[in-house]
Amino acid sequence: MSRTIDAVVSPTQTNTIPADISGQMLDLDEDDDLEVFSKDSTLADGNMFNASMQTSPGSMVNQCKFEEDEEGDSKDIFITVDNPESHVTAIETFITYRVLTKTTRSEFDNSEYEVRRRYQDFLWLKGKLEEAHSTLIVHPLPEKFVVKGMVERFNGDFIATRRKALHKFLNRIADHPILSCSEDFKVFLSAQAWELTTYKKQGPGFLSRMGETVRAVANSVRGVKNRPEEFTAIQEYVEDFSNKISCLDKVTQRIVKEQKEYLEELKEYGPTYTLWSGSEEELAEQLKGVAGCIERCCKETEEQVGHLSDTLVPVLHEYVLCAETLKAVLRRRDNIQAEFEAKNETLATKKVDRDAESSDLGFVWGSLLGKNPEEARHQRQERLDGEIEELKEEIDKLEDRVEWANNALKGDWGRWQRSMRGDLKSAFFSTAEKNVDYYEKCLAVWETFLLSQRTEPSEETDRDNTP
Amino acid sequence: MMADSGPEEIAVIGNTDLTSAELENNIKNTMVEIEKWTSLLRKMEISVGEAEKRTGKNTVNMQEIYTVYLIETRPVDAVTEGIIPAPDSLWRRYSEFELLRNYLLVTYPFVVVAPLPEKRAEIVWHKLSADNMDPDFVERRRVALENFLLRIASHPVLCNDKIFYIFLTEEKGWKEMVYETGFQAKADSRLKAMNAAFRVKNPDKRFTELKHYSDELQTVVSQLLRVRARVADRLYGVYKVHGNYGRVFSEWSAIEKEMGDGLQSAGHHMDAYAASVDDILEEEEHYADQLKEYLFYTEALRAVCRKHELTQFELEMAAQDLTSKKQQKEELVTGTVRTFSLKGMTSKLFGQETAEQREAKLQVLEQQIEEGEEAVKEKNTESDEFVKTAWVDIERFKDQKDRDLKEALISYAIMQISRCKKGIQVWTNAKECFNKM
Repeated sequence: MSRTIDAVVSPTQTNTIPADISGQMLDLDEDDDLEVFSKDSTLADGNMFNASMQTSPGSMVNQCKFEEDEEGDSKDIFITVDNPESHVTAIETFITYRVLTKTTRSEFDNSEYEVRRRYQDFLWLKGKLEEAHSTLIVHPLPEKFVVKGMVERFNGDFIATRRKALHKFLNRIADHPILSCSEDFKVFLSAQAWELTTYKKQGPGFLSRMGETVRAVANSVRGVKNRPEEFTAIQEYVEDFSNKISCLDKVTQRIVKEQKEYLEELKEYGPTYTLWSGSEEELAEQLKGVAGCIERCCKETEEQVGHLSDTLVPVLHEYVLCAETLKAVLRRRDNIQAEFEAKNETLATKKVDRDAESSDLGFVWGSLLGKNPEEARHQRQERLDGEIEELKEEIDKLEDRVEWANNALKGDWGRWQRSMRGDLKSAFFSTAEKNVDYYEKCLAVWETFLLSQRTEPSEETDRDNTP
Repeated sequence: MMADSGPEEIAVIGNTDLTSAELENNIKNTMVEIEKWTSLLRKMEISVGEAEKRTGKNTVNMQEIYTVYLIETRPVDAVTEGIIPAPDSLWRRYSEFELLRNYLLVTYPFVVVAPLPEKRAEIVWHKLSADNMDPDFVERRRVALENFLLRIASHPVLCNDKIFYIFLTEEKGWKEMVYETGFQAKADSRLKAMNAAFRVKNPDKRFTELKHYSDELQTVVSQLLRVRARVADRLYGVYKVHGNYGRVFSEWSAIEKEMGDGLQSAGHHMDAYAASVDDILEEEEHYADQLKEYLFYTEALRAVCRKHELTQFELEMAAQDLTSKKQQKEELVTGTVRTFSLKGMTSKLFGQETAEQREAKLQVLEQQIEEGEEAVKEKNTESDEFVKTAWVDIERFKDQKDRDLKEALISYAIMQISRCKKGIQVWTNAKECFNKM
């Protein structure tokens, strides 16, 4: 079940069918046990696609069930990212990539879209998805700049690596049962450049976004008090996983480096035998033979290093980024819970306030303003009651939000773990397979040489036997 | 017990009617015969068994630590009725081996004498110790010293040498014996001759070619060994880094449920892979030692060529001297002065000599000419002898070299095959483990 990252996406192993909003059943040709989501009528009016608004948690929970991965060709959307092109304007130079979408989903007007997107657009999409689904796990984007090695943004290798990562990013979203239904995602895939620019400008303004950020910071400072055990367990796992995967990433990059240095020396080694053969008569053939073997092993080594760089290194790197994403998701979940807890505390305080004996201060003020103390107390009670009612409503909403956030995370967590296992297993398997292949090819090279040597001794034995 | 030997000297083929090809062939066949009958190895087992450290005072009366090697010998036919008697043994240190070799070089200048292992390890890759006291270095030197003795013992000429035999059999007093042969004086004059600068007019072309060959061989083999050491270094790095996979997989497996077992066992295979490189490179070191021996052989080749040049030069000098004497005689007889000489000038200025003076000079010259002709004849014979005997040994050496190096290359291929097979096994196992993840 190995995944290859090709230019054209091949059907993947995870298959949960996204909701079909128009009420038409999807074409389930082969597999009967593919899940079809039940639909809520609220989806029909496209609520779900207004991602700039927090969707009602209740409806969301009803819609999407996170089921076990199913085998089968039920993908109804195929996305490729290719064709990087450089654009030069007066202000800047940047690269755009062609994003090609083929889909049978009915929320799309056409069945095919071809647009050009730049890295910034991908960043925007990711941001929107995380904003709308703060406790879902969005696959990481390749980094803005590669820290080590390449500094130049327009280096061929850098662009190729980035393109592959962007391709994977979009496909992961397309595979995700909830994220792939996002309106932002749809716009990203289908809108022309100017349309996208206009669309981006919609939504909560700068100030309200700032407000969100401030709240988030305040919440994280406050901290969560009663985190459920399972999330603590997940957090501990993520910490450990992050360490391990970073280690593996470093080790693998080191192996690539050592292997490349080995290759450099090996390239100089073969020619020393060729040089020697020039001085010899009897030995010339053997020496050239050895030189040839070394040369062929060089080619195999080069291929093996290439495979390592193309297959294992990117996957490990992706999961290093994933670990950071997971940490952020857990933080956001904590913040949601913290906000809920904070509101509860405020409620408790207000209740205490209301039930408290009328404060002397209030009485004094009231009398100063010429109010009847009884009236003042009554007014105050009413006011507090109103506030408490409001708070209770807010708390209900927050409670729902916490519940939904937790469920979303739990569901996505299982999904993420499965795909992590699948990805890493296949990457390591593929590496081991390539290494076996490498040694087998080198073995053949040397065995052929040996064979050619062993047939010659027949001349030697004749010579020894003559008296 | 002296080895029962055949002829003390190399049989000299005096029949000059044969073509050079036939001559060569005859020489080869004779060599094989002689090897069969006079090789010391046929009569005696020789081995360098162990090494030990000793302390003692050196020539400047300072304390030093040195290594001695145990030389064991046993007659081949000593195995009677299945009982193998204990070998005779004695201890020798490296400097005594050096003395033996120098003695052989001086005494048999027409022989390409096998080289000793290097005094200090020079071409090494970083994990290999260059320390003379390091046990791996000592072990490899032990093997090389044994090889040296076996080379000498199987050489048709050298194996019969008494000094060599005593080296193997009598620990005390050997050094004194060597010096008693008067070898030191010969060694000094040889050293002087080796370093002297002179030009030979008509060297044997084969020796000139041989000298070029030995220079080339030295260059290419040095380079090969240097690059090989660097390759070994890098390969070591690649294998060892994989050991880190072992550690991290093991740690990672602790936090994974489904993947844990697969990761754990994959980790063990990575450890095995990393560890396997030590043996692989140790084996390759033997291959490098085989090449090194021939690298050092080039010095012996050059020495023989040099000796030929020296002999040839002496012959040319003697011939030149004779020619000039003859010319002088002719001038004296005919009265013509063809060559410039002080005598000629002074006689022009101060008048001719008397008839008696001329007669006396003539007699001296005739005497000198006679002696000169003897000298030239001697030198000629010497030179011819040398060329013949040297070339026999050189052919023997060439055959030995081709055989040995061919075998070395084959063994190198076998080493690579073994390494590939190990790699296939490890990664196939790892693949299985990953599959179970």
